[in-house]
Amino acid sequence: MQGLLPDNVATLLIDASYLLVAFLFIMGLKAMSSPVTARRGIVVAGVGMLIGTVMSFLYPGMGNFPLMLAAIAIGGGLAWWSGRIVAMTDMPQMIALYNGMGGGAAAAIAAVELLRMAAAQPESVAAHGPVVTALAAAGAFIGAVSFSGSLIAFGKLQGLIKRSFRFKGQQVVNLLIVAATLAIGASLVVAGHPTMQTVVLFFALALLLGITMTLPIGGADMPVVISLYNAFTGLAVAFEGFVLENAAMIIAGIVVGSAGTLLTQLMAKAMNRSLGNVLFSGFGEGPVVAAEGVTGALKPIEASDAGVMMAFAQKVLVIPGYGMAVAQAQHKVWELCQLLIDRGVMVRFAIHPVAGRMPGHMNVLLAEAGVPYDLIADLDEINAEFDTADVALVIGANDVVNPVARTDKSSPIYGMPILNADKAKNVLVIKRGQGAGFSGIENHLFFLDNTRMVYGDAQKVAAELIHAIKAVG
Amino acid sequence: MEGVIALYIVMLAAFAGYEVIARVPVILHTPLMSGSNFVHGIVLVGAMVALGRADTLLEQIIGFVGVMLGAGNAVGGYVVTERMLEMFRSSGQKNKPKESA
Repeated sequence: MQGLLPDNVATLLIDASYLLVAFLFIMGLKAMSSPVTARRGIVVAGVGMLIGTVMSFLYPGMGNFPLMLAAIAIGGGLAWWSGRIVAMTDMPQMIALYNGMGGGAAAAIAAVELLRMAAAQPESVAAHGPVVTALAAAGAFIGAVSFSGSLIAFGKLQGLIKRSFRFKGQQVVNLLIVAATLAIGASLVVAGHPTMQTVVLFFALALLLGITMTLPIGGADMPVVISLYNAFTGLAVAFEGFVLENAAMIIAGIVVGSAGTLLTQLMAKAMNRSLGNVLFSGFGEGPVVAAEGVTGALKPIEASDAGVMMAFAQKVLVIPGYGMAVAQAQHKVWELCQLLIDRGVMVRFAIHPVAGRMPGHMNVLLAEAGVPYDLIADLDEINAEFDTADVALVIGANDVVNPVARTDKSSPIYGMPILNADKAKNVLVIKRGQGAGFSGIENHLFFLDNTRMVYGDAQKVAAELIHAIKAVG
Repeated sequence: MEGVIALYIVMLAAFAGYEVIARVPVILHTPLMSGSNFVHGIVLVGAMVALGRADTLLEQIIGFVGVMLGAGNAVGGYVVTERMLEMFRSSGQKNKPKESA
């Protein structure tokens, strides 16, 4: 089939454009590493994507253009629409969904290539050696796992799948599936001429593995898993890039693969979980050791009194947790903080790495409410400041401020870095009810002498606090 | 592509990815994960090639699905990353809070 341009010209143009694409991607990702330039970064990367996509229409020997345009319109249109309407709180599962799509696309490329080998087109037999077949199969495997696994992760975070499916010997079953998939993959490579049946079986097993691997993982660990699948998809894309001899795919895929692996480790570390732990055991599966006795009592306080306490403070540190986001209270909380700032109170937000549903998620939610990022500090920056804080305001956060993590070796959260809210002169905790945190661990912070509990919906309480501070005048 | 050259590319790209992420502050982790998710949306061009060269109906169907998924990855990844990043403002810039829900 004749391309739009002479073959050699088209190839040269495509190669040159892919060089530019790789450059723009890396520049874009680099710009995303600072909040000042981050916005520009995604635009730069977006320009790269646009150039790469448009130039790829010039590939010699391609057909099916109407189908191609229709597929781009449908896939891109649906993604554009869903990406515009999704709420910021639901961002993690949308990232999982789009990531799964990428994994699926990589697997689809591999499927087409493997099927062509099965159909033994003369030119593909000539072009493909065992190395290429192996790379195609590896990309297919990783891409398919990332595809089905990400869809399960999406389903779980979206609340479509409520249960964690666990049974005895689950790991053994998963290992067997891995072994079987690898064996079939190896046979594809060795045979050099895959049959239709083996290709189908190979994909079915890889998709199944993604499902069985992800189903038992609890919602709290899901961000780590999504990040891992993000790295997986990157690798799968790179492998298929080798198969297609596409430099842009190789570079972008490997960059994401390596960056994603690092990001996954950072997240797991922030959550005090090893990656193996996340993948191979559910949270709190071990016997729950009875927490050491809590002394003291929960001391409630009226929102009006709490408001006065903050109005006359010099330094207030706000610790938001996912509970605040669930109550959609971030706008009210920021309004409250602005009032305090106007009174000359120094206000900062202290963010634990796992506040929200994934590292950095809380920052997005606060940014949405209009909080400037220079008022937001992460754990390492802010922890020393609690000693001099008059009030630590804990809103919908629990485990991340539990001092037990420092002291009680038997606690499942022992060793997790926490925000030192207990070091502040006064601690105010806005909490919906008296229940324990996500992990079910009693929070010793709540029982301290200098802690007061404000019960109620975070948004309502924030409104009452605003009212109280305004009343102070 | 020469095999050894490809390995060089892999090594350098791996370092680039590592270095780029290593300096990212925690506050940007979520947008960055989303941004890197967008970057592997380049799989779209591979899917286009796969569909472009597809001969049989089955290959065309799989290729079609691949292009659709790849386009979803690229476009969706871009839209959500851009939406998140456009909200980050410093107190110097006049921040206009979105409608307070």
